[in-house]
Amino acid sequence: MAPYLIRRLAGFAATLLAVSAVVFFVMNLLPGDPALVILGIDSTEDARAALRAQLGLDDPPLLRYAAWVRGALGGDFGQSYMFKVPVADLIRERLAMTLTLAVAAMALTVALALAAGVYAAASHGRAGDWAVMAASQVGIAIPAFWLSILLVILFAVVLRWLPPGGFPGWDDPAGAARALILPATALAVVQAAVLARVTRSAVLEVMGQDFVRTATAQGLPRRRILWRHVLPNALVPIVTIVGLQFANLVTGTIVIENVFYLPGLGRLVFQGIANRDLPLVQALVLLFAVAVVTVNLIVDLAYLWIDPRLKGRVG
Amino acid sequence: MKRRPVNLIFGAALVALVTGAALLSLVWTPHDPVALNVANRFAPASATHWLGTDQLGRDVASMLMAGARTSVAVAFVAVVLGALAGVVLGLTAAALGGLVDDAIMRLADFGFAFPALLFAIMLAAVFGPSLTNAVIAIAFVNVPTFARVARAAAHQVWTRGYVLAARAAGRGRLAITLDHVIPNIAAPVIVQATIEFAIGILAEAALSYLGLGVQPPVPSWGRMLAEAQTLLFLAPHLAIWPGLCIMAAVMGFNLLGDGLRDAADPRLARAR
Repeated sequence: MAPYLIRRLAGFAATLLAVSAVVFFVMNLLPGDPALVILGIDSTEDARAALRAQLGLDDPPLLRYAAWVRGALGGDFGQSYMFKVPVADLIRERLAMTLTLAVAAMALTVALALAAGVYAAASHGRAGDWAVMAASQVGIAIPAFWLSILLVILFAVVLRWLPPGGFPGWDDPAGAARALILPATALAVVQAAVLARVTRSAVLEVMGQDFVRTATAQGLPRRRILWRHVLPNALVPIVTIVGLQFANLVTGTIVIENVFYLPGLGRLVFQGIANRDLPLVQALVLLFAVAVVTVNLIVDLAYLWIDPRLKGRVG
Repeated sequence: MKRRPVNLIFGAALVALVTGAALLSLVWTPHDPVALNVANRFAPASATHWLGTDQLGRDVASMLMAGARTSVAVAFVAVVLGALAGVVLGLTAAALGGLVDDAIMRLADFGFAFPALLFAIMLAAVFGPSLTNAVIAIAFVNVPTFARVARAAAHQVWTRGYVLAARAAGRGRLAITLDHVIPNIAAPVIVQATIEFAIGILAEAALSYLGLGVQPPVPSWGRMLAEAQTLLFLAPHLAIWPGLCIMAAVMGFNLLGDGLRDAADPRLARAR
């Protein structure tokens, strides 16, 4: 157990280092001159040279990479070219938006997928099963941003129940919640389509095992067998896919924030691209990639907790 | 078991429809898909404009056909590039084993930390958004997937008796890879390519929607949706057609992939 943990954590640290190196070196291939971006075309060559020296852009790349990593570890991502404030402050302001959206979407995904998947497995081979499978095939093929647009047409344009986009701020909790309903739903439906399939097949597999027959023979209620005995034993493949989907969720959140004009990290990164704001984009890409890697680690560790039998095997 | 031919036939039909429209658009579309005619904007569906015209008077049906061309072309190039690089890496890992195998698979694991969108964002921030960058980003994220599929399949081939016999007869690793491994891993690689095609079409649509892919005036389903979104209160129907096209294309390649996999490995079909 302990050696496994140490090995896994060492691998995690190595991956983070590699991720940061790729982000830094890809982003610093830039053929342009950041000083020119900041100061504009009207600036003098002397002013640009002074700024380059001040930003440390004349240092060798490896030194700059080391300085960037050292700063990032302490939560310092440098100064945004566009906003002229520390990147860390911009991230802190917008993190709540993105985290709330991601957590709400993931919770809704799991709830939808478990309900649909267990229902489909329970009615295996009948109309309910067929309907869930067909719906999920459609759900997999729908891009989340198009589903968002359809939801906006229905709930904002036709019915006028919910806002088509924008965010009123956290000071207005009811408005904030209303603004998040459509984005979270759009993200969740698309992801749940995949997860429901996995849930269905995992549940079906466990349903064929002896202990389920025993429970049925003992006369336990079917609902109780499904949720208390079958589902917990079907969790490993489900959690695996939830972990994989988190990478999609990171991407999905970036897209959906731009669909609904939500002021989160995904909007921020696009403002950064539009303005060639390298420190900002670099920090955000690193943050997204680190989130994906970290969730993968958590998923690996979660296996041990879900299925204690694995502890003996990974030693 | 009964589902198998249905998947294959329905998927193949949708794929034929989409690629057919894409190929046809090379030589013929009902109207010029980029010709503006502001006097005739928001025209309803009619005999001349089958699906009406958009906010600039462009013919929607023609734009959809040209959009199919963009989608299919981007997905095709990205899948071919990703598959070539990935299969070579996977074959190398399986043929050499040991440290090389470990290193290549570590690299593949690591590639999964970068979804296509993140990669496209980095490239767009450095070089500005363009179609080339979108293709590179989509191809890049295909590499680790193909590397894994090819390695897993090649690994099985390497344990077969006839490969052992070939090695005993003194054939080199490269010769065995070319003569025995490649023909035997074609099926799983082709199935994966079909599924990656679907993912590529989705990715192209999303990147173009976000402005990181195809640039105006080249028609693209994703860009059509981005433009339609600003007109939802005025002309919501413009946001329907491009989305349906994306859905049909993605579903077509997914079903075709499922169908091909079931056809290649009937045991798997029965198990599901």
